[in-house]
Amino acid sequence: MSGATDRRPNPEDLLRRVEADERRERRGRLKVFLGYASRVGKSLRMVQEGRRRKERGQDVVVGAIQPVVPAEVQAILTKVEVIPMVRWVHAGRTYEVIDLPALFRRHPGVCLIDGLANDNPPGSRNRKRWQDVNDLLDRGISVITAVNLQHIEEQQGAVERITGKRATQCVPQAFLADADEIEVVDAPVEELQATAGEAGIRDPRRLSELRELALLLAADVVDQQLLDYLGSHHLIPQWGTQERILVCLTPQSDPEMLRAGQRNSRRFHGGLLAAHMEQEGLSATDQKLLDQQLAAAREAGAEVHCLKRADFVGAILELAREQRVTQIFIGHSLRRPRWFRRSLVDRLIDAADSIDIRLFPHRGKP
Amino acid sequence: MSSPGRGQLKIYLGYAAGVGKTYQMLDDAQELRRRGVDVVIGYFEPHGRNDTIAKGEGLELIPRKIIEYRGTRLEEMDTSAILRRRPAVAVVDEFAHTNVPGSERLKRWEDVRVLLDTGIDVLTTMNVQHLESLNDQVYSVTGVRVRETVPDWVVDEADEVRFIDLTPRALRNRLERGVIYGTEKAHQAMEHFFTESNLGALREIALRYAAHEVEEKLEARPVEGFSEGPPERILICLTGNPSSASLIRRGKRVADYLRGDCLALHVLPRGGWDEVPATIREAVERHMHFARNLRIDTHAISDADVPAAIANFARARRITQIFMGRSAPRPWFKRWQETLVRQVVALSSDTQITIVAERRH
Repeated sequence: MSGATDRRPNPEDLLRRVEADERRERRGRLKVFLGYASRVGKSLRMVQEGRRRKERGQDVVVGAIQPVVPAEVQAILTKVEVIPMVRWVHAGRTYEVIDLPALFRRHPGVCLIDGLANDNPPGSRNRKRWQDVNDLLDRGISVITAVNLQHIEEQQGAVERITGKRATQCVPQAFLADADEIEVVDAPVEELQATAGEAGIRDPRRLSELRELALLLAADVVDQQLLDYLGSHHLIPQWGTQERILVCLTPQSDPEMLRAGQRNSRRFHGGLLAAHMEQEGLSATDQKLLDQQLAAAREAGAEVHCLKRADFVGAILELAREQRVTQIFIGHSLRRPRWFRRSLVDRLIDAADSIDIRLFPHRGKP
Repeated sequence: MSSPGRGQLKIYLGYAAGVGKTYQMLDDAQELRRRGVDVVIGYFEPHGRNDTIAKGEGLELIPRKIIEYRGTRLEEMDTSAILRRRPAVAVVDEFAHTNVPGSERLKRWEDVRVLLDTGIDVLTTMNVQHLESLNDQVYSVTGVRVRETVPDWVVDEADEVRFIDLTPRALRNRLERGVIYGTEKAHQAMEHFFTESNLGALREIALRYAAHEVEEKLEARPVEGFSEGPPERILICLTGNPSSASLIRRGKRVADYLRGDCLALHVLPRGGWDEVPATIREAVERHMHFARNLRIDTHAISDADVPAAIANFARARRITQIFMGRSAPRPWFKRWQETLVRQVVALSSDTQITIVAERRH
């Protein structure tokens, strides 16, 4: 496997990894079930996993469950030990809070916690339930939990654009990204429509958009976990789990090239990068044009890299390999003998194995 | 999507064996049966997995057809028997399966389309690595060249694609416990295909594909502050070179994602097919056939001037992107190809040209 080539780690990386490994070993493991809307069946999957683990001899308890659960979930709950939640009235509102002291005393191997995004009442040990989960993990208790897309803080803007509503309670995405395992609970939109209650979303289009968003979020988390795994095992990341487009910019680049890069990376749900070569003796006009190009690239969401090597082909390919680029967009000009001399583009085509090269005509002034 | 009178197709999509596709499919079939729907099992591959076998209990099974092939008795789905039985819903495992030689149709997905045509709904399973457009990506990531593939348009026709997720850790646990294969085979599998990194990569590919499928089912919607651009028309320059297969897959994949059109062109010598050596002709025809199977509009024209023929064709057909190969089996050929790319670039001054890499592992 080409991805399995050894990469020599430096001592600092090594130390960081050893420390991270030790921390992880002491900590409980976190598994998150992610749903795109209510009623996809997250709670069911969570308790099913709990039951299976119990059958396999693990010490499983339930630490938090939603006030109303489907009959299927209820049936499983009778077979697993439940640590009752504490009822807490604050300012006329009743809260159900995880009984942390009881859980610490009981110290199970695995604890099931539903409603990860719930708020605790003012005056609690933690303001948020996910912080309670964090405390459990710190004490070496593994947690299986469930959360909906609309409760992920960084996704709330996108969810609001789809549904017009914003959930009040949320969990930071970093907490999710840091989980040992994340599993998507996918369900056909029709099934959700059929069971939607008063408050539920029925519009199939909105549900589909939420579903797409949840799948992409999971893909990004999986991508990061994969990179971490490869890094900690000194493996070089593989090509091709997603499309990543690198646009090579010069002062004279046709703006269409960047637009095409943006369009393509969006349609592929992939990554967009831009690179330019550091050049000495660039005229003031060219410098200004280049700055405009780079600003446009950042605006388009591209990660911008400045290459400082004299060897253009080598520098571009090194960046492309490091960044797992699958397509390089580059302008070709038959007239302009600057950095995209024909020979450079030709050499790039020759040297770039497993990367597609897309040549763009220069439409600007010669 | 299905037209009136045609059965509905639902695909349970996973990223590896053992994630629970068949189990979920049978679970849904049981639910249908409880609701009084006439559902039968057309084909089911239990792989000796006990919980899956238990899930199928009580569902009517259409007996398989026995086919004699080179002295061995092999079993296949009995499509005719299902058609005679005419259930409302048929459960058909392993959508990407290739039928035994001598069967009425080459592929199981073709059998499924026959069922759909007569108005029978079908539930089926497949893994993401069986998608034609992802073949090179999967090879690059895992080192495994998947032979049983399904053209993307067949999957695009499905009314519903449901992603069945399981974390690689849980999957490897199941393997280790011998749930998926026997323990001996499991250890082999875990060291090769079912490594953490392979599974992670395949899962990511599957998640992105599932998201793409959901999006495709929605109509194209304009995103604020973002121009869709003019419709793309992609032209694939097809040759007899083995790398043409990747080139075709790649061009089609880009065209599909950009919701554009896809054409393929082969330029013949002035004398036409007669001047092409038999081995090359056979290879070109195979590639043309492959392209047509993916629903690419294929063309062959005769012209002594290859770059001019490509450029003229591109102009006449309002092509926005030309896809060309780059591989070089022989030095002279390599020089010729480079020249071809450069010449096409020079002649097609307002067209984008993509030189497709050979996907190596």
